[in-house]
Amino acid sequence: MTEQARAAAPGSQPHSHGSQRAATPGVPMTGAQALIRALEESGVDTIFGYPGGAILPAYDPLLDSARLRHILVRHEQGAGHAATGYAQATGRVGVCMATSGPGATNLVTPIADAHMDSVPIVAITGQVSSSLIGTDGFQEADICGITMPITKHNFLVTRPQDIARTIAEAFHIAATGRPGPVLVDIAKDAMQATTTFRWPVEMDLPGYRPVSKPHAKQIREAARMIVESRRPVLYVGGGVLKARATAQLRVLAELTGAPVVTTLMARGAFPDSHALHLGMPGMHGTVAAVTALQKSDLIIALGARFDDRVTGKLSSFAPDAKVVHADIDPAEISKNRVADVPIVGDCGEVITDLATAVRAEHAAGRAGDYAAWWSMLDAWRTKYPLGYETVKGSLAPQYVIERIGRIAGPEAIYTAGVGQHQMWAAQFINYENPGTFLNSGGAGTMGYALPAAMGAKAGRPDATVWAIDGDGCFQMTNQELATCAINDIPIKVAVINNGTLGMVRQWQTLFYNQRYSNTTLDAGPGVSAAGGAAVPRRVPDFVKLAEAYGCVGLRCESPDQVDATIEKAMAINDAPVVVDFVVHQDAMVWPMVPAGVSNDEILAARGMRPVFDGGDDE
Amino acid sequence: MSIQSHAAHGAQSHGQTHTLSVLVENKPGVLARVAALFSRRGFNIESLAVGPTEYAEISRITLVVNVEDHPLEQVTKQLNKLVNVLKIVELEPAASVHRELILVKVRADAAERHQVLATVEPFGARIVDVSVDSLVVESTGDSAKLDAMLRVLEPFGIKELVQSGMVAIGRGPRSITDRTLRSVERAA
Repeated sequence: MTEQARAAAPGSQPHSHGSQRAATPGVPMTGAQALIRALEESGVDTIFGYPGGAILPAYDPLLDSARLRHILVRHEQGAGHAATGYAQATGRVGVCMATSGPGATNLVTPIADAHMDSVPIVAITGQVSSSLIGTDGFQEADICGITMPITKHNFLVTRPQDIARTIAEAFHIAATGRPGPVLVDIAKDAMQATTTFRWPVEMDLPGYRPVSKPHAKQIREAARMIVESRRPVLYVGGGVLKARATAQLRVLAELTGAPVVTTLMARGAFPDSHALHLGMPGMHGTVAAVTALQKSDLIIALGARFDDRVTGKLSSFAPDAKVVHADIDPAEISKNRVADVPIVGDCGEVITDLATAVRAEHAAGRAGDYAAWWSMLDAWRTKYPLGYETVKGSLAPQYVIERIGRIAGPEAIYTAGVGQHQMWAAQFINYENPGTFLNSGGAGTMGYALPAAMGAKAGRPDATVWAIDGDGCFQMTNQELATCAINDIPIKVAVINNGTLGMVRQWQTLFYNQRYSNTTLDAGPGVSAAGGAAVPRRVPDFVKLAEAYGCVGLRCESPDQVDATIEKAMAINDAPVVVDFVVHQDAMVWPMVPAGVSNDEILAARGMRPVFDGGDDE
Repeated sequence: MSIQSHAAHGAQSHGQTHTLSVLVENKPGVLARVAALFSRRGFNIESLAVGPTEYAEISRITLVVNVEDHPLEQVTKQLNKLVNVLKIVELEPAASVHRELILVKVRADAAERHQVLATVEPFGARIVDVSVDSLVVESTGDSAKLDAMLRVLEPFGIKELVQSGMVAIGRGPRSITDRTLRSVERAA
């Protein structure tokens, strides 16, 4: 149908006439030079990438750019996650670059990851020359087709005069509205051909009009419901971090006196030390946070999306609650849970306006009375705090993570992979500041932590960056240690090494009769997989692996070494550090709401279901 | 932008078909984006027609979807998120004109030819191709009319049939492209 536009004669004028009207006189250059200039003008300072045939024209002018730091990764997946980590730590758009075909398809996982977690990144890929597109040319892949469902938008550029405008549009789309990944696929011949560079360019996005200003009537209705409710909960999602609305959130929470829960994607959006904070809701949330949502009469969802890991069995989620749902993406509202008061808008504006409207309610003598609610909440959190068991003679993974959090402190940035260590990192590190906990929430991408830490450290070189990783996750992307060592990106990696795929093993323990099918990675030192004579071995030896990559390798196997080892790692700032924390393998993540089960069935620990009679805990 | 109802109040019940007019930028790959969105979100398309509009830079997709009312809202919200989608309007049956085009190759020798002609005449159909033992009948109308015509043609023997997706337009003087055009003009 819409193929007509593509038939435009080569060399015809760009669709946007805006560039012709721009005050800056045009400068003749190649499409590749225009690409680099457009990236510079878009405010990019760091690109994570990997060259190859089709993207080669772009790498030539990149060599001369004084404003762009290109970090050569070891695998394109690392570039994508690094761009994501950079974006989450800095709030700016992350940029990654790869060549056509396999280079581009290696970006698919991090793009899908960024899409699920609404992270603004721009991925630039080289494409085979336009005459070869569609011919199964060498290293050709239809990356626009492949990434269509996992990008906010993508572009195929085949004309040099479209490059600068498309880059401007890509950054605009990635960063505004609900953020997300945008891919720009550029044919090699478009980069080689000559064009005229002008900046700024006028964007041509007639169908893209994100709403940021919330509706005043809806805000007033929400404020009225807040003061009339008896058991409200502020259900805070990642949108509050994306909107940089954490200061406003604190004002609203303290104004209303309502409890706050922060989702996995929102850890750090509200201080863990704050008295109003009940912690994280969801499958491995605190009993207080899960139960508060479940028993509430009003959920005020701010930049959250009622994910299945938060709601548990949707039909029995928070049965008595009315819902105020504020999100910048209208499609999230009433997608999973019907909203009584839908509010479309930027969380910063929504929360500010809500606070104003609540003040007006207070001024009119209407304030919420949550004293009875708080006595219930306080009882739950006192009776069911987060905790873990320690096994004598072995190292508890939760203890390691807790100590890293204490010693590195709330100013550090923490990344996590996916699995048990991720949940413990969400539970046992106290987050006080936005942008300090980066993890793969929606997609659950193993291998995220290390490259994301690399990206975060590149964007925030002042900050201490700890990757809390599992031994399974770490082995998916650990080649980026070389990138960190060579490019002076001194991250710290804690490998929580239990020799197994811990979360999968936990499910096998609980739901598969302890049949540990293919979850043992390494039976540990001194145990031969063949069952023969015990041979001292570690496969791989993470200390040696770290050293081979030019990093410092440390090992810790007992609780009394933990603090000293962390402090030693903290003292090393001229090289990446990898600490192999050898922990016991039977630790489990609690509390837990098994998948597909009602949140009423939360288990505080194995076989231990809290009792909530009559709204009280006893 | 939320879905706009072109008619004041159409008679719609749950699980009925809905006709959506989707104005999109006339750019490569836009149809693929719309179609892929439907398949990955589990929405069903009953009929789809794409073509140009009175503005070269805008194409119009007419979609017939069969959903409950709540998912329809999800369909339109998700469609609206596509950067190339300019506007979505639901066309209520009572306030719009719906048409499909059908071409039917009917078995008919010289003796039967006049019978076929007489049969399709009340439907306003035309014969657009004649051969020794077949005819091609062309007809436009809504689904009910075309179904009725097919039923009476069936005894002759239908050798081949091709049908377009439904196209639809609102009744009355208003045009759904009015406001869209202004935004496109500004950008172009």
